Amino acid sequence: MKKTLTGLLLALLACVLTAAAEQPAFSVQDNPWDDGTSVLVKWDLATGADSLSLQKADSLGVFQEIFKEFAQTGQYTDSSLEIGKDFRYRLVAYNQARGDSLVYQGSARTKAQWFDMNKLSLLILLVLICGAILYYIFSARRGKDLFIRRISGLDSMDEAIGRATEKGRPILFVPGISDLGDIQTIAALNILSHLAYKSAEYGTELLVPCRFSMVLSAARETVKEAYLKAGKPDAYREDKVFYVTDDQFGFVAGVDGIMLREQPAANFFLGAFWAESLILTETGFGTGAIQTAGTGQPHQIPFFVVSCDYTLIGEELYAASAYISRDPQQLGSLKGHDFGKLLVILLVLAGVVMEIIGAGWFKQFFEGGS
Amino acid sequence: MKMPERSVVERRIVFLLLVLAVALPIIFPLGLKTQSTPLTEQVYDLVNSLPAGVPVIISFDYDPSTITELQPMAEAVIEHAWKKGHKIIATAMWPQGPQVAEMAFKDVQARMEKQNPSVKKHIYGEDFINLGYKPGGLVTIQGMGRSMEAIFPTDTSGLKYAEIPMLKPVRTLKDIRYVISLSAGDPGLRDWIMTANGKFNVPVAGGTTAVSAPGFLPYVNDQKQLHGLMGGLKAAAEYELLLGYEGTASLGMNPQSVAHILILAFILFGNIRAWKKRKADKLAQEARHG
Amino acid sequence: MKRNLPLIVAFVSGVVILIAGFIPRDPFPRIESTLIDWFMIISSFAILLGQASLLRMNVIRVAEKAPNWQYYLAGIISFGLMLAFGLLWGMEKTPGLLGQGQGIVSQLGVKPFDYLFENAFIPLSSTMFSLLAFYIASAAYRAFIIRNFESNLLMLTAVIVMLGRTSFAPMLTGWIPDSLGWLRLPELTNFIMQYPNTAAQRAILISAALGIVGASLRIILGIERSYLGGGK
Repeated sequence: MKKTLTGLLLALLACVLTAAAEQPAFSVQDNPWDDGTSVLVKWDLATGADSLSLQKADSLGVFQEIFKEFAQTGQYTDSSLEIGKDFRYRLVAYNQARGDSLVYQGSARTKAQWFDMNKLSLLILLVLICGAILYYIFSARRGKDLFIRRISGLDSMDEAIGRATEKGRPILFVPGISDLGDIQTIAALNILSHLAYKSAEYGTELLVPCRFSMVLSAARETVKEAYLKAGKPDAYREDKVFYVTDDQFGFVAGVDGIMLREQPAANFFLGAFWAESLILTETGFGTGAIQTAGTGQPHQIPFFVVSCDYTLIGEELYAASAYISRDPQQLGSLKGHDFGKLLVILLVLAGVVMEIIGAGWFKQFFEGGS
Repeated sequence: MKMPERSVVERRIVFLLLVLAVALPIIFPLGLKTQSTPLTEQVYDLVNSLPAGVPVIISFDYDPSTITELQPMAEAVIEHAWKKGHKIIATAMWPQGPQVAEMAFKDVQARMEKQNPSVKKHIYGEDFINLGYKPGGLVTIQGMGRSMEAIFPTDTSGLKYAEIPMLKPVRTLKDIRYVISLSAGDPGLRDWIMTANGKFNVPVAGGTTAVSAPGFLPYVNDQKQLHGLMGGLKAAAEYELLLGYEGTASLGMNPQSVAHILILAFILFGNIRAWKKRKADKLAQEARHG
Repeated sequence: MKRNLPLIVAFVSGVVILIAGFIPRDPFPRIESTLIDWFMIISSFAILLGQASLLRMNVIRVAEKAPNWQYYLAGIISFGLMLAFGLLWGMEKTPGLLGQGQGIVSQLGVKPFDYLFENAFIPLSSTMFSLLAFYIASAAYRAFIIRNFESNLLMLTAVIVMLGRTSFAPMLTGWIPDSLGWLRLPELTNFIMQYPNTAAQRAILISAALGIVGASLRIILGIERSYLGGGK
């Protein structure tokens, strides 16, 4: 015990001494935590220098200038280098007034690292959150009952479909204006699957305008599959799930036109939306349709709230699939999200306390040190 | 003829008043002056801090629908960068981006020549270049971090990357000194923040529509994920003020200011109406029970 | 196999990109770079798929003389015209099949594609975006009603920010002395935008980001399969 304590104290002393040690005026080192193709050159010049020239030796040993922007203290990253080679650098600091100069030299060998230590905090958080999600998924599979609070926007789906069926008018579903690479679009397609199933059951027409062709393909497959599951494959019409245009406001003009002509009784705007969100929902409001909207974009939520009957805010959009299907695995992953939120709250509180007491290392650790 | 519903009539009155509120200040300018805010000043300082000759990217991630808000920003930033002697590389994550970029370069050169006929004429290929549109957003930016030439083998006129003089020192995105993304949606500013700044440590500043700006404010922080943010026409007017001229954005602040006041008046009127209705309903209820 | 192959591709590419984010050493950057190139190629082809679908839909509606078929015909004509002009004479500096079109440029001043872009497409797009102003006005008139404490607070904040974002703001509160400068409208607006607003935006952003992590994990592990076309 005594030996361990002594060792720790010595290590701490070494750290303090190293930190307090004077930084060299010029240093050349392999750029840490990279793929081995860059070298980091740092300098801290004495006062008096007013211009500099950073030079690198080529294969013949002749120094060529690579950088000349003056800064008393600065650094330069020379990238796109060969791995495992030595590179020599020379810094010439000029004092134009006195007409003299100082020359510094240094060299380093490039080396690839196995792990980017700047992202250690990210890895730890990722492991914790993913671990929690997987733990709750497996718990749910083992039969554990998981509570999820009411989301009124999703509960209202059946009401909206019923209303459309009574009035004999179609349902409009817009899966956002982002491409399939956006998770919001995938979350929207999840909801479309359930909506299409219900529409097929009730025999209500479903219109799905799409902005991107990959979304069109996925949406068509989703709706077709849903109609098949509902036992109504013949009722599926491919032209009801259609492409409008890639242009943002061209798409909005097209959808507005559909709303005014077809007069859907229920509108669903779920997915990624930008500035056009209010144009869509106000037009829909004008037609008297019941409207449900949901997006992960925080700045569009206020527009949806003022013009729609139900709004899914942020995470509720991603929870929709679990909520509607009540699939234990999906409910389990929702509990994992809640763990993640708790973790973030605790870290924020800890960070505030650490900053107040002056322990800056806590914040620096999560900043990544880059 | 059936009378339209009251709410429809009210909506039409609202729209008509708004048309007048926007049109009249354009025809009869009020001469209102704006003042700069810290967020716009941060973008200005980023551009101002760098010496002549540095390569920079201005990404035109918008289309003509948002040209009224973002084009004045683009022109102001181009003028500032040119005055500082920066080499501007125009890219676009949206298909119409290259065309709005060309329009911006042309208009800025024309304005600078009008202000000062002896101003330097900026040469394509030496002072600025238009590399055009590439799909893929975040993925494209990651590719730029490995090799600019692989992502943009030619510019919009077909000139090879290796033959363009100002691109000789630019091998990857890491050679770029700052990126200013003028963005109306996705792909756009968020992708530049996540990749150019998050992965390659290139300073990123942004300009967005006023509606989207609040969503990017969390990125303006100590870690400098965003070096300032210009949100909407007011920010464009602020940048023009910092540069010392009155452009389309500054003139556009006249109708915008009047329209804001009008909308506040609508809100007040709507609340008075709602209050009167609540009062009338309450009296009616009391009369029924009384 | 039809269901399993996409799941395997999603799993492998998801895991590789995740690992490559942490390991800078070869071959991970090269694998990531290759996947990036493949994604860009697929994205480019996807544009063609959309145009084909658009044309097909419009042609069918015109052929069947569906209601308002004239508008679908106008759509096809516009599509064809822009495509033809772009292919034949190009745009801006990009040459077309017939070169730079000096003859037409000397008459129009610009290439036909650019002429239509600047005089038709830009005004039409801007007009659609300008609808937002009208709809904001009508939504504000209808929905911003004071009912309780929270809506009072919202109203006060909205008035401060709306006035603060105009050129009237310096005039209205410019008389306030420097010692109470924080009460001036522009300063109050900046404070509201930078602190309460940003805090709320961050909270929604963090919870949405957690949702994205969860959804992405489900997709990588094959629990979420909606992108394949519905169902488990």
